[in-house]
Amino acid sequence: MGQTIIEKLWDAHSIADLGNGNQLIYIDRVFFHERTGSIALQGLEAAGRNVRNPEQVFGCMDHIVDTLPGRTDDTMVPGGSAFITTTREAAHAAGVNLFDLGDDRQGIVHVVSPEQGIALPGLTLVCPDSHTCTQGALGTLAWGIGSTECEHALATKTLAVKKPRFMRVGFTGRLGYGITAKDMILHLIGRHTASGGVGYAIEFADEAVRALPMEARFTLCNMGVEFGAWSCIIAPDQTTYDYIAGRPYAPKDHTWDQALAYWQSLPSDDDARFDKEITIDCSTLAPQVTWGTSPQHETGIDGMVPNPANEADINHRQSIERALEYMGLEPGTQLAGLPIDSAFIGSCTNSRLSDLRSAAGILKGRKVAAGVKAICVPGSGQVKKAAEAEGLHRIFTEAGFEWREPGCSMCFYAGGDNLGLGKRTVSSTNRNFENRQGPGTKTHLASPTTVAASAVRGCLTDVRTLEPNHG
Amino acid sequence: MDKFTTVRAIAAPLLRINIDTDAIIPSREMKRVSKQGLGEGLFSAWRYTKPGSRDENPDFILNREPYRQAQILLAGKNFGCGSSREHAAWALAEWGIRAIIAPSFGAIFHSNCVRNGILPTTLADQRIQTLALLVQEDPKKNQIEIDLGTCIVTGPDGHTDSFDIAPSDREMLMEGLDAIAVTMKRDDEILAFQARDRLKRPWIYL
Ligand code: SF4
Repeated sequence: MGQTIIEKLWDAHSIADLGNGNQLIYIDRVFFHERTGSIALQGLEAAGRNVRNPEQVFGCMDHIVDTLPGRTDDTMVPGGSAFITTTREAAHAAGVNLFDLGDDRQGIVHVVSPEQGIALPGLTLVCPDSHTCTQGALGTLAWGIGSTECEHALATKTLAVKKPRFMRVGFTGRLGYGITAKDMILHLIGRHTASGGVGYAIEFADEAVRALPMEARFTLCNMGVEFGAWSCIIAPDQTTYDYIAGRPYAPKDHTWDQALAYWQSLPSDDDARFDKEITIDCSTLAPQVTWGTSPQHETGIDGMVPNPANEADINHRQSIERALEYMGLEPGTQLAGLPIDSAFIGSCTNSRLSDLRSAAGILKGRKVAAGVKAICVPGSGQVKKAAEAEGLHRIFTEAGFEWREPGCSMCFYAGGDNLGLGKRTVSSTNRNFENRQGPGTKTHLASPTTVAASAVRGCLTDVRTLEPNHG
Repeated sequence: MDKFTTVRAIAAPLLRINIDTDAIIPSREMKRVSKQGLGEGLFSAWRYTKPGSRDENPDFILNREPYRQAQILLAGKNFGCGSSREHAAWALAEWGIRAIIAPSFGAIFHSNCVRNGILPTTLADQRIQTLALLVQEDPKKNQIEIDLGTCIVTGPDGHTDSFDIAPSDREMLMEGLDAIAVTMKRDDEILAFQARDRLKRPWIYL
C-alpha cells in the first residue's frame, strides 16, 4: 500500500520506536522567538546543557519588539525588553543564528523561515509557536511545541512524538474574483469547527490548492492550528521549487539536483490511505468574515449574525451566545455594513508581499474612512524592502494607513500597543479570541483585501463591490 | 515536577468549548522571562473585574468557595487550543490544578501539561456533563478521583470510566522524569542516524 507524504516524512525521520505509536523523531531545524524561545534557551543554560548543532537553529525577534519606526530594545510591552535582551544573550552564548533588530532579515518567524530558505520540503521543523504549521506549505513537516519541548529539541535534535492520524482535505473548484486562501481556510473551520482537525496531520490537496501561489499556500497552512490540526502540509510541486530556488539557505548546484530528486518522491502515493477525507467546493465561496470569538464563528460577508436559538447542540449554542455578548452583536445583523473602528493588515497569516500588493490594489486612489485607525505591518524586513521598492508603502500611507516596521505587532496584545481597547476591528490575523487584540477588542478576521475594502468604507465590506483601482 | 499518582479533589466545571490559552493566561500577564509567578494571571480576563486589576469577579467559578480549592477542571472540548505558550500550563499548575478532564485538548497544550505534572484526561462529553451536574449539587462532598495507575476516573456516583493515555506520557507523569536525560540514553542511536542521514541528505547539514 502507498504512503501519504506525512508518513514518508515520518518514516524518514524516525530514529527509534518508543512503543504504542510514540517514536523518537529527528528534528532538522529549530526556530525560536523572544517570547517563548527566551525561556527555552534560558532553561537549557540553567541545566548546563548545550545546543546540539547550533548552526541548524534560528531565531527572530518578532513578538515583543515594537513596530514603530526608530524602535529600540525598549518596547511598549511592560517588562518586554527583558525578553529581547535575554534572548539575545542566550542565543549568542549558545552560538545559534539570530535575526535581530536592525538586521533586514528580521521579521515574523513563519515569514522569515521560508523566505530565507530555512524551511524546505522534506524537513522536520519545530518552533515554540503554534503557527509553525504555516511552513508545511512547502512540504515541510512542521509543528508548534512548548518551551520545554523546545529545550528537548535543542539539546537532543529529537522529539518523542505520537504518530498522528492522517486527514486529507481536498479544496476543489476555482476561486472567484476577490476570493483568497484566507477565505478557503476560514470556510473549512466554519464548516468543520475549530476542533475538526484535533489529532490529525492534514494534507491540503486538489486543484484549488495546486492553483495557489506559494505565499497563499502559507496563509492556508497558517490557520491549520485554528482547525485543531497537529500539523498540516502541502505536497511540493513546481510552484514550490520555483519559490525556493536561489534563497539564501536553500541547496545550490549539485546538492539542488540531489534535493530536487528527493522532493519529487515526497507527494502522497495514489493508493495512500487517509483516516479521514473532507472535500470543500471553493467555486461558490464568498469572502469570509468572522462574527464571534472562535475562528469557527464565521460566515460569508453576505451573511448575517446567527441566532443561537437555531443551534441544536447545547455546547455550540452557549458558545454562540457568549460570543455575541462579547462582540456586542444581535442575531440577524447583516455583516456587510457593520461599522468598524480600526483595520489591521499584518501577521504570519497575511503580511507577505502578495498580501500587501492585493490590499494596495484596493487602496490605490482611495482613502481610509474618517475615524478609522488603519495599520499595515509587513511580515519581514525583506517584505518591507520589496514593498517599498515598488512603492506600495506610498499607496498605504496616502490612503491613511500607518506603515510599520516588521513584527507580530497588534496580532496580539501584551499590554502595550493596540488597536483600541473595546473597539471593533477588522484584521487579517488568525485569532479572534476574546481579548486577543486587547481587552474588549472585538476582532473580525478576514482577508487583507476585505480588510482594505472595509477600511475604505468604514464598515465590513464585500470586496467584490469595490473594484481594484488601476488609475 | 510533582509526581502524579492519584488525585481525589474538588472539581470546577468550566464547560465552555474551545477555551484557548490566551484565555487561560493572557499575554499581558506574561511579564517576566520566567516559569513562575503566573498563577495570579490565570484566567485573568474572567477572574478579575477590570484588565490589570486584581479585584475579583465574584461570579467567576474559581473565585467561589469551595471551588477555590479545586484541583480538577472539567472542561469543554478543544481545551487549551490556540497559542503554544507553556505559561498556560505553568499558570494552572501554580494555581493548584492537577488534572483537567475534557473531551479533547489542543495538541501543544496537551504536551505542555504532561511536562508540567498536569494530567490531561479525555472522557466523553456526555459523561463530563453528568460529572458537572453531580459536582454542582455539592462540590465539597461530590469529589472526583483520578487514578493514573489504573487509568480510571471515579465519579461521585461511584461510576468508573477508564481513559487512554500514551504510555510514555503516563510514565513521565508518574515518575516525574527528565525527558532530556531519558532521550540522551539513546545518544548513540541519534548520532548513528545523523551519520547515515548526512550521506543521504547532505543539503540539510548547513
Ligand atoms: S503574527 Fe500573531 S499569530 Fe503569527 S506568530 Fe506573531 S503573534 Fe503569533
